[in-house]
Amino acid sequence: MSDLSTLILIAGILVLLGSATIAVRILRRQTDSVINPAILETFRRRVYAWWILFSALAAALLLGKWVTIILFGLIAFWALREFITLTPTRPGDVPTLHLVFYVFAPLQFILVGLENYDLYSIVIPVYAFLIIPAPIAMSGDYKRFLERTAKIQCALLICVYCLSYAPALLTLDFPAPNADAQTASLQAATDTAVKASIEPATLANPANPADPPSARSLNTTGLLLFFILIVQLSDVLQYAWGQLPSRHVIAPTVSPSRTWEGLVGGTISVSLAGAAFCWATPFPPWLAALMSTAIALMGFAGGLTMSAIKRDRGVKDYGTLVEGHGGVLDRIDSICFAAPVFFHLTRCLLPYL
Amino acid sequence: MLRIFFRVFVMKKGNHENTKVRKHENGVLRPLPTVYCLLPTAYFVPAKTYIFDGKNQSTAQNRPAVANNSTSGGVASGVPFFYSGRYDGILVNSGRKGTGGKQRSPPTRGAPLRPRMETTLTINVLALIARLLSGASVRWIDSQPDPCQRVYFANHTSHLDALVLWSVLPAEVRARTRPVAAKDYWTAGWLRNYGATKVFNAILIDRTEVKVHQSPVDLMIREIGNRDSLIVFPEGGRGLGNEVGEFKSGLYYLCKKRPDLEAIPVYIENMNRILPRGSVLPVPLLTCITFGPPIWLEAGEIKTDFLTRARQAVLKLKEG
Repeated sequence: MSDLSTLILIAGILVLLGSATIAVRILRRQTDSVINPAILETFRRRVYAWWILFSALAAALLLGKWVTIILFGLIAFWALREFITLTPTRPGDVPTLHLVFYVFAPLQFILVGLENYDLYSIVIPVYAFLIIPAPIAMSGDYKRFLERTAKIQCALLICVYCLSYAPALLTLDFPAPNADAQTASLQAATDTAVKASIEPATLANPANPADPPSARSLNTTGLLLFFILIVQLSDVLQYAWGQLPSRHVIAPTVSPSRTWEGLVGGTISVSLAGAAFCWATPFPPWLAALMSTAIALMGFAGGLTMSAIKRDRGVKDYGTLVEGHGGVLDRIDSICFAAPVFFHLTRCLLPYL
Repeated sequence: MLRIFFRVFVMKKGNHENTKVRKHENGVLRPLPTVYCLLPTAYFVPAKTYIFDGKNQSTAQNRPAVANNSTSGGVASGVPFFYSGRYDGILVNSGRKGTGGKQRSPPTRGAPLRPRMETTLTINVLALIARLLSGASVRWIDSQPDPCQRVYFANHTSHLDALVLWSVLPAEVRARTRPVAAKDYWTAGWLRNYGATKVFNAILIDRTEVKVHQSPVDLMIREIGNRDSLIVFPEGGRGLGNEVGEFKSGLYYLCKKRPDLEAIPVYIENMNRILPRGSVLPVPLLTCITFGPPIWLEAGEIKTDFLTRARQAVLKLKEG
């Protein structure tokens, strides 16, 4: 069942991408097109990037959880390279950068793979945050200390920590049915004495693991694909709505293409798309629409934030891995910002679904 | 019987009397063992099967630098008659297909002698790995990659500069481009030695003793013959931080002795952050390599003018 809906989702994405590719081909042949050729070129590059992203993701998902996590780990590593490359560092930062690149970045994805939520949710925001400044201070170079520290922390948080929540969706599952009952009873009786009396009882109950009617499994592959699809759709729909004639640009100095019309129109249309794709997720249609709204808003925030960082550094794109396509970070900025929110919303709502 | 057959037909162009000699005195080919001639593979991978005797370099030292029309004992005469491909790093085409190799003049007997190189495939794979690890992006500004003889001169901030610059060149250009590197650094340790001698085919300069008759520039000119390009770092050593230091005179003498060489300025960005002085483990940042338009030594241009102009050419790439 879950495999079937995943396959349908992959097929649907392929159809979308295929039609987008064909549309671009046809539009490029027309000499007197109404569409601005620059926009068409941007769209063509986007489609090209999506083909790479989705084929890599589909292949990784078919090969299993660890392959997907390694794929996201490599993407995060490359994004971190792009981010730090744009950030001015001083020779005193080298030991910290070694730590960030070779210890914290791999560690985060290993912890996600081990499904140790308690650790991977805090290792970077707390422990790395505390450890990063120390080697910089030890180097004795205090010039712009806070700024340098903050930039490295920010890079690690955005590129590694936030992005790692996308593959972490694969580790989600419905709470075990007995735990469900336990939380319900716990909510009912807040007395700790009652809790103590329930725990031995549940441990002693041998019938718990074999409880077929309530054992549900979550289609996590579908959930991850749904998330990536909605993020990318919200990107392109916001851009498309932003091309409308009446334009109220939100921040012309940061990003001239992001308008209020684009934000509102894109968010509404993406919530409809989310409701249409709800069969790949555990959510009912109205909840899938709300989730998509949250994803769209966070994706918008991510794109705008990263644009502001780029403007500050005086560059157009983060890198040139594929000539003319910008960097990895240009493509995943909205994923980075939307992933933790989507993950935590899903995790909180799962017991009630 | 077979042995005679192969001597007559397979080794037709080879030096018959050498067949039993493992090391010919002038550093000419070490011929194939006869048994090897029987294997068909011998004709597909000769770059690995023919070995130069690298120890006889001293005999080659007093030859004129660019002499290449000498007819005696060209290496190509030792090539089996239907071999096409790399031969001591030189593209050889001794017969059947294509025409590319035939027109190239064979190097002289006194041509540079090199240790056995890795196969082209291995080198290309290693270059790809180096490129992925360095994450280098390349820009050619008013300039094109070309396998003609050139001198790439770049700013020097880390030990990895030569490796990264070498790896971003297109494969056919890379096969003919040799970094000039310090012998003391690149012969220390197995990995560096392997890279310098078998992969980049570096020209190693002994910084500790520079002889009058054996100046590095003469060595470079002799080594490249009329075929190879060079990668040089005219600052003479790694600079500090982001600045491009004053150029040393080697580049000027190189261009003076070989005015036909195109001097291409190259600016390597970020390498001082990737492997700063004193650091062993690189920080995996991304680097950008910019190639600029070629410059030549003008007639009557004095040394300091030329060196300043060359340095400005590199600095210009840094800005744009």
